Amino acid sequence: MISAVNYVVIAASLAYAAWALLAVVTNRPPREPYVIGAGVVELLIVIMTVVAVVMMIVDGSPDETVTFVGYLFMILVILPLALFWALAEKSRWGTSVLVVAALVVPVLVVRLEQIWEGAPA
Amino acid sequence: MKSEARTTGPGRLLVAVYAVFALSASARAGVQIVTKFGDAPLAYLLSALSAAVYVVATVALARPGDTARRVALVACTVELVGVLGVGAFTTLDPGDFPEDTVWSLFGRGYGFVPLVLPVLGLLWLWHTRRKEATHNG
Repeated sequence: MISAVNYVVIAASLAYAAWALLAVVTNRPPREPYVIGAGVVELLIVIMTVVAVVMMIVDGSPDETVTFVGYLFMILVILPLALFWALAEKSRWGTSVLVVAALVVPVLVVRLEQIWEGAPA
Repeated sequence: MKSEARTTGPGRLLVAVYAVFALSASARAGVQIVTKFGDAPLAYLLSALSAAVYVVATVALARPGDTARRVALVACTVELVGVLGVGAFTTLDPGDFPEDTVWSLFGRGYGFVPLVLPVLGLLWLWHTRRKEATHNG
């Protein structure tokens, strides 16, 4: 599970969070560039998920398979759900939703890696 | 547009953070109960309870209307009592209680967000109540 794409996802989501945070500070609503940015991060997450699933098939599942799959599911849905919730709010608070969602992503990646390594929760 | 103040502005962010907790607490409780309920039934039932409180609070905060406001008020209060109670219990008597709920050690495993969240929720409900009352005349 520890693969380069994980680090790319972490870096991309943190960069996106910083970018969106800047928009919150400068009082900007979640406009098109932020939607496209979220789409780019989501694409990387999809690639990471495919890699994880392939590795599960090749190397065997981690001990806590159910939890692992649960986290994979969560990391896949969080940005789309956040976009859905954020775009209805045409103010900086809409953008702030994207910041929170983007900050949850790296936490989930780290948790996925811990579960894959078999570290205790 | 009396009750809409609650889901706009900072309320938007609050509901989003609540949703993250509702989702992760539910998933965690679900996995615990399905895979190893016998290990620590009390802790896992508590996990399920906290998950339910987060789900109810998220939905109630996100919905307009006075009923939703009251439900949100109750949910946030239960949440605050829960995190304080479970936090105190797990701090004083850590050996007897597996550290397996969102509220253990005042939510330390989640950056103490579970401790701050109900306070913010209650403050927000109070704040918007005054605002909505003002709009009403």
